[in-house]
Formats: sequence, C-alpha cells, structure tokens
Amino acid sequence: MNPPQRMDRRTAIKWVLAATATVSMLDAHTFGQNASAAVGYGADPDLMREYKPGDLWPLTFNKDQQRLVAALCDVIIPADEKSPSASSLNVPDFIDEWISAPYPEQQTDRKIILDGLTWLDAESKRRFKKAFANLTVKQQTKICDDICYVPKAKSKFTAAAQFFGKFRNLTAGGFYTTPQGWKDLEFIGNVALTSFDGPPPEVLKHLKLA
Amino acid sequence: MPFVTSSKTKPAYDVIVVGSGAAGGQTAYVLAMAGAKVLMLEAGRKYDPFEETPMFNTPKNAPLRGVGTADKYFGFFDATANGGWTVPKEPYVVKHKSQGDAWVEAKDTSRGGSEQNFIWWRSRMLGGRTNHWGRFSFRMGPYDFKPRSRDGLGIDWPLTYEDLAPYYDKVEALIGVYGSNEGLENTPDSSPGILLPPPKPRGYELLTKKFCAKLNIPVVPAHVAILSKQQDAEKTPTMLHPDNPTAARLLADNMRTRLACFWATPCGRGCSIKANYQSTTVHLPPALASGNLDIITDAMVREVTIDGSGKATGVLYIDKATGKEEHAKARVVVLAASGCESARILLNSKSALFPNGLANGSGKVGRYLMDTVGSSLGGQIPMLENCPPHNEEGASTMHMYMPWWRYQDQLAGKLGFARGYHIEFFGGKMMPQAGTFNGLEKFTGGSYGKKFKEDARRYYGSFVHFAGRGEMIPNEDSFCELDPDRKDAYGIPVLRFHFKWSDHETKQAAHMQKTFAQIIESMGGKVVNPPQLDGNKAIGVGGSIIHEVGTTCMGFDAKTSVLNQYCQAWEVKNLFVTDGGPFVSNADKNPTLSIMALAWRASDYLLAEMKKGNI
Repeated sequence: MNPPQRMDRRTAIKWVLAATATVSMLDAHTFGQNASAAVGYGADPDLMREYKPGDLWPLTFNKDQQRLVAALCDVIIPADEKSPSASSLNVPDFIDEWISAPYPEQQTDRKIILDGLTWLDAESKRRFKKAFANLTVKQQTKICDDICYVPKAKSKFTAAAQFFGKFRNLTAGGFYTTPQGWKDLEFIGNVALTSFDGPPPEVLKHLKLA
Repeated sequence: MPFVTSSKTKPAYDVIVVGSGAAGGQTAYVLAMAGAKVLMLEAGRKYDPFEETPMFNTPKNAPLRGVGTADKYFGFFDATANGGWTVPKEPYVVKHKSQGDAWVEAKDTSRGGSEQNFIWWRSRMLGGRTNHWGRFSFRMGPYDFKPRSRDGLGIDWPLTYEDLAPYYDKVEALIGVYGSNEGLENTPDSSPGILLPPPKPRGYELLTKKFCAKLNIPVVPAHVAILSKQQDAEKTPTMLHPDNPTAARLLADNMRTRLACFWATPCGRGCSIKANYQSTTVHLPPALASGNLDIITDAMVREVTIDGSGKATGVLYIDKATGKEEHAKARVVVLAASGCESARILLNSKSALFPNGLANGSGKVGRYLMDTVGSSLGGQIPMLENCPPHNEEGASTMHMYMPWWRYQDQLAGKLGFARGYHIEFFGGKMMPQAGTFNGLEKFTGGSYGKKFKEDARRYYGSFVHFAGRGEMIPNEDSFCELDPDRKDAYGIPVLRFHFKWSDHETKQAAHMQKTFAQIIESMGGKVVNPPQLDGNKAIGVGGSIIHEVGTTCMGFDAKTSVLNQYCQAWEVKNLFVTDGGPFVSNADKNPTLSIMALAWRASDYLLAEMKKGNI
C-alpha cells in the first residue's frame, strides 16, 4: 500500500474513534441498559495507541451502580500491606468497559452483571435495610459468604453465586493487569535483557532440582 | 518503487507469485535473488512490523485489557490484520450444528465451542499468517514421507526425507531456528552448525522433564524460528548463495538488521527487532532490495488465465482499491495463497480445456484437506507454588517440548491409533493477563478479600498447560469445493467445506488427554478439568489448529495427483503451487518449515526449467 492509502486508513480509524468518544460523553441512560448498540474496534485497529474505558464504546453504569461496583470490587480485592484496593486502581471502569462492549461474550456477561448488581442491592436492603455500598464490611461479608462459590452455595443463591464468580474474575482481571497488580504478584518481565539465564539457584532449590 | 499499483506494473514478468506468507515469501525470495522478475500479489494490506508492532505495550492500555474478541481472536495485540475465523466481505460455507444439514455461511468467531464442521483462519495482510504464527519449526522425518509404506494408511509422498533434507538446512539457516540435535527416532537432526543454541529451560520446564523421564517421555529443546543469537552474516549468506555474490550481499545486509531476541514481548505480536521469522522481515526485504520483486497489495486473485494451448499466461485479480478487474501476465504462475485459497483459484479457473478447473483432470483439487489434531489440558502443580520471583519470559514461547516417542509401540499395534503427536507445554510466571485468575475458585473454594490476594500470590505461576499436536490421515470425506451459488464481495465464487475426523484422530485425542493427566498427576498436581476420554469431545474442530494442508496434492502421476514432486502442475507446466496444498500427509510436525523447504526446492526446479527453456 502506498503512503496516501495508509493515511486514509488511519484517518478512517480516527473518525470512528472520534465518533464513539463523543457518544461516550453522553449519559448512559440515554441508551437505556439493554444491549449495547455500539460496534467493536474492527479487524484492523491501531495497535500502537493507548485506549481507556469509554474511548471505543459508551459506558453503562449510573452513579449508584458505580458506587455499588466499587464497593464490591473492594470486598473482593481490598487494600493490604502489599497493594491498594481494586477500586483505587479504577477497576470499576474496566468492568464498565467490559459489560458495555459490543461483543457476544461481553454481552452475555452484561446481563449477568447487571442482574447480579440489582439482586445484590435488593438482598442488602432485605437483610440490612441499606444499599450494599452502605453496609459494614461485616454485613457485606455475610452476604458474600453465601454466594462466593457456586458448588457450596444454597440453590436459591446459585444465580447470585454465578454472578459473584464472574465479578471476581473481572475484578482480578482488572486489578492484576495494572502495574500495582504486577508488583503485588512480583511479576518480573516485559523488559529487554541481554541474556536469558534460566532459573536462579534459589528457584532450583525450591523445585528440588538442585 | 517495489510496492506498485496496478497501473505501474512492468509489461511482463517472469513469475507471478500469489500470496506473501511463508510460501509466497520463500518462493519470491529464491526467484528474485536468482534474478527472475517477480510480481507478488497479496490479497491484504501492506504491513510493516517495524512500525506496527506493539512491542512493550501492556494489557492495561488495550481495549478490554487485550483479551481476544470476535474482531481479534488471539487478543488485541495479535499480529493479524483483517483476518480471523471470519473475514469481512469474504464468506465461506460450512455446516453448522444449529442448522442441521443446510449449507450456511460460516459465522463462528471463536474455535472454542464452534459448532461448524470446519473453521478457516485467514489473514489479509502482507506476510499473511507468518506475522503471528507460533514459529514452531519441526522437520518431518523419514517415516512421515512414506506413511503408507510403513502402516498401509494414507498416501506416500513422491519424495523422501533425504530429498528435502538439504532444503530444511537452507531454510533453517535463512530464517534462524533455535534447537538441538537429539538423534531421536523420526525426529531429524539438522546439519552441524545450522541450528542456533536453544535458550536455557525454565523452572517448570525442568520440573516437567524430571517427571516425564519417569514416564519415558522425552523432553528436549524445541525448534523455534527465533534468533537466540544474531545470525552469522559473514558465513551464512555465502553458504546459501555460493554462486551469487549479489544475493549473498543483500541477504547479509538484511541479516545484520535482525537483532537477537531480548527475551521480552510475545512473538505473536510480531517483532520490530526482527528477532523472529516473519515473511515481512526475513523473506521480503532482501527480495525487494534485489530490485527484482514488485508487490501489489489489496489484490484479490480470482483465476489463472491460459492460452489456447493450455499454458498459464497470468492471473485475473480484483484491485480492492479501485474495485476493477486487472490482468497481470507472466511466463510462470505460482500459487502460494494458502492450501484452500490456491485450490479455490484453480477451481475458479474454468475453461473449455479445463472444465473442472485448472490442472484438475485428476479431480483431486480441493481433496484430502487436513488439519492437525489438537487437544489440551492444564494442571495445577503444588511444587510450583510460591516459587521465588524471577524473570522467566524467555523467548515468550516454549523452550522445550516432547516429540512423539512411541513409534515402535504404535507400529506393533499397541495403541489402537496409527499416528503420533508431540506435546507443547506452557507455564511460568508470565505477564499477568485479564484471564490469569479465571476459575481459581476451583482451588481456593471461592476465596475473596485479603485471602484472595494471598491465594493469587500463591497460585500465580503454578499452572502448566499441555497441548497435543497430532497427525491427521487424509480421508475422502474431508475436502473443499466451490459453493454453487455464493460469491464474495468481489464476485468470486466461495468455498464450502466438508470435514470428518477418523477414529485414528479421535482415539489419538483421547490418548493425549490420558497422557496429560498422567504427567500432571506424576508431578503431584491436580488437573484443572477432568481429562476428556471421549475422543470425539477431546478433539478440536477441524481447522482450529490452522494447519490447513493437502488440497492440491503432489504425487507419482497425473491420474492420482495435481502436482509432481516439484509442486508443478502435471497438466500445466508453467503453473506451480508452493503452499500447504501439495502435502499428502500432515505429520504432527507443524507444517510451516516444510512448506518453506518444499517451496525452495520447487523454486530451484522452476528456475532450472526456465533456464532450459522448458517453461
């Protein structure tokens, strides 16, 4: 392809991005909370630029949902001595980006997450007369203990447990792809090396290979 | 100006090469370096790995943290442009479980859970699938060329391992392959000095090797097209082009621009430092520098044209930029568009002389479509928990693998299926991805809160995943043909696919599952899922391993095959097919290295025939 054609492709992508960015600034309620009408990034996106949630398709959560999602993220990944909490690393925005994406897998998750959030607040009000975000950690834990694992959840909590499992995957996915998440796991890599030296002695010892 | 448009081509070329991947790249390289004037037609866009490879970009800055989607199946950063299991404007036709026996347009965008009878991966970009491929570079062995003579099944190749061995050496020296010579059965050694040193094994690789030894499963260095050190730009080019100093110099110039691997960033994204093989960094730059290669991208070839005597005169293609049909002419036409795409072009080249499609007097064009048997299983290995942190990214892919080890048991009929598989395995504390901890609750009982963070630290890097890659025997029920009605957006009739695994393949897949579970348990580990012992469920859908070969088979005579052993059409002397189409078996060895070796051999023959005036 010659240079003018290349410009055309890039220009086209910019146009698409500009259009979707405009849409994302509108209130999500304009679109309702059913299926997303957005389109994906296509089969030839620009791989070199940085993307943020909301750049490519409009987000979904309203203020109440944002608070609820942040609270649940932090029940799953709270701050400890090694790393901050999930909400402090904007994991809720990633979850919003995920459930708002126009792809089949994410559209399936969208219903699970939105229905689950509705259930969670209703359950909090039923048990403790307050929204989940306003409960004490002890109260939040009481609910989460009932739904944290499908095989041990009571049958009336099966759907809620499926939601919780999905939500935990997304929270972990958002958290452990941040620099702080990498540091927490002590991931070492994504740096150029002059040589690859294999496992150091302490690793061989740990694996009983030395 | 080597990248040209339809209106800027030379009046005539010696050779037209259709396709720019492993086959097209290798063919154009050999021809252009020898002085032939070559026009390459690529159906996709121009692509430059130097500018377009997201080397150190992290999932954090990608949409959906970089996970695979319907638009980018292998993840956002994967070096596939305008490709995938479906391609916009270019449908193909399959059977889909949800729609019974009807022929329908393929729609599945994921191989996991696909309900199609076949899925077809294409990549519409310069360099094709070489930009993202796994780079595993295994030679077929002596048995693999004569499968029917050995066990009575399948088809023998019209050449032997010895015929191809010198070309394996040449391709390995050209593209750069790390590995070692182990002297194992039907797992050939390279000539001395050809392979680059294998990288040191990682911790989990050494641990797996230790326990596999007790099961008599060999674990040896993998052969991968990655530069573990820089190539020898003084000696190698002269060795490859002993009588052609210009070619040697051009190759040396390109070799010096290729850096050794710096042990970071996944090869599937491509490589801007040219440390791995992709056609766009290895084959095309020196061929372009020779001044003998012109390339037109976005050129969708429709058919091969012939003259009254039945000789090929060129190709008709649709220029995607203008939408117009164009005619490019040359003395010789080489199809290297991928097995099925080349078969499609031949089937679409109908004339009074060739009413069933060009070079198809045997009726074998489209026949004997093969893929690779694939099945995988993961295990959690307690010994790998809480391993001291260290950098184990390495070459981003496997340093070691298990070649097939049961040839003798199999020949003695002890296994119940005819052909073997090798095992690829992956683990370690690799770059955490959005899905790294999906499903961890199976091991933690559903922990959350501070306990979950502790569990994540404990289990990170403690999983090893095993993937089998096994041989498929060609059968009469697996083929592609033209759909009688449907056309793509360019007006070109499309393919529809028939595909069936035989018991040999499904039993092999079940055997893989058993073996993986055995390895995992021997390591004191726990399988992530129960092994799937029903072979029909254990085996991946046809096409899913993206080893599409066999649709323009070579053979001993014109009655039973499309091509001779030099990839030359029996019925059209100046027509060649150099992609995976000529394969008559699909050994467990990933086909790309063999495609390149066969293409080099075919190109040498083509040049000699052209010199003699035979074509």
